[in-house]
Amino acid sequence: MNKTRIETGIITLIKKAETELPKDVITALKHAYEVEEGIAKIQIETILKTVELAKKSGRPMCQDTGTQTFFVRVGNDSPFITTIKKLIIDGVKQATLEIPLRPNTVDPFTGKNHGDNTGDGIPSITWDIYEGNEIQITALPKGGGSENMSKLGMLKPGVGIEGVKKFVVDEMIKAGGNPCPPTVVGIGIGGGADVSMKLAKTALLRPIGKRHQEQIIADIERELIERINKSGIGPMGLGGKTTVLDVHIEKAHRHPASLPVGIAVQCWADRRSTMVIHADGTWEVQ
Amino acid sequence: MEYHLTIPVSSETIKKLHIGDIIYITGNIFTARDEAHKTLLEKEKNTLPFNPSEMALYHCGPLMKKIKNGWQVVSAGPTTSGRMELFEDKFIEKFGVNIIIGKGGMGERTMKALQKYSAVYTTYTGGAGALAAELIEETPMVYWLEEFGMPEAVWIFKVKDFGPLIVAMDAYGKSLYRQPE
Repeated sequence: MNKTRIETGIITLIKKAETELPKDVITALKHAYEVEEGIAKIQIETILKTVELAKKSGRPMCQDTGTQTFFVRVGNDSPFITTIKKLIIDGVKQATLEIPLRPNTVDPFTGKNHGDNTGDGIPSITWDIYEGNEIQITALPKGGGSENMSKLGMLKPGVGIEGVKKFVVDEMIKAGGNPCPPTVVGIGIGGGADVSMKLAKTALLRPIGKRHQEQIIADIERELIERINKSGIGPMGLGGKTTVLDVHIEKAHRHPASLPVGIAVQCWADRRSTMVIHADGTWEVQ
Repeated sequence: MEYHLTIPVSSETIKKLHIGDIIYITGNIFTARDEAHKTLLEKEKNTLPFNPSEMALYHCGPLMKKIKNGWQVVSAGPTTSGRMELFEDKFIEKFGVNIIIGKGGMGERTMKALQKYSAVYTTYTGGAGALAAELIEETPMVYWLEEFGMPEAVWIFKVKDFGPLIVAMDAYGKSLYRQPE
């Protein structure tokens, strides 16, 4: 009976992500505007103008409205535990028409666009379960240009953490202006190939400026920010001081023989929004 | 230097442009991504429904909304140009396009074609789709929409003072992008 209501919530969630950047991202971009000059400053100025216009007009800031990606924590006592998947998929279809979103789901074999941002395996939903009666959803619409710069390195454990740092810095320099810098870089270290990539993407959910809780990892994040920014790639690869807005690392224990390193890159349009669905079907979007 | 240009522009005008210059363009531009590049290259120039030589080429897959009398541009920033490196030198040679708009830069083959045929690669800020849409006055035509879908179709846009575009690769073999070591 609450189906329509929750679906409206899902559309609101997606619209919020597509049209309004989180405060932490805007603060970081404004800081970049202060420190940059010349062509780099023009790039950040154009970015800030488009962010403002998107919010004011309710239009997606970037024409690449991304692959619809959700991280969902489901309370084991939520009455919507069995219906939430369908609600999200239906919400995506409706949001495509209403906001609107660019149809971004193409069959890899036939090249046919599904037309509604759904299809085999898409939207991408990562599930987690916890004890409670609410559902928390984070939307992270993911653009193709930055996604194309993702990397997986199955490094030899002998290279150590220094080797991990070198891999990340080298890959971000190779990516150059392609992922729409200044970017946010998510790094997953350990687990297996799949785990490290998933951790890398999950790391993008952390707000800009928030360091890892373990001091040793926080220090490595700071070092990587400095080293990548020293490359001079700058906004849009046209030269400048700001190549990354932040670097976030997450880790898992690794197999003794493996040192997987996943890199997920998010463009400056670090679009995120969150939603809570209560047991009575009411919801809030932030 | 800053220039306000009306398309099409002559080779002499292109030769005045250097990396770091800022340009604003007025006239017609057409969008083409991977699929469109591939398809257009397979066709003869005189069989095309529009004349690419008289327009600027925009690496863009716009977000469009169908309205009563045509199409409304919702968001239309540039896409990553690097993907078109596979086709661009041949494209410049065959269709005589001399202003390319994209983001992220292009490779060695395109660089050589820019020099040989007097063309420039310019860049609009990636992700600034909502703002770019404001600079598009009309969408007179769309081609191959059914076959390619919205992002890959060829859209013709009439633009006014579209920019700031940064000349990032000029007709003299110079580039603003950091060269791979």
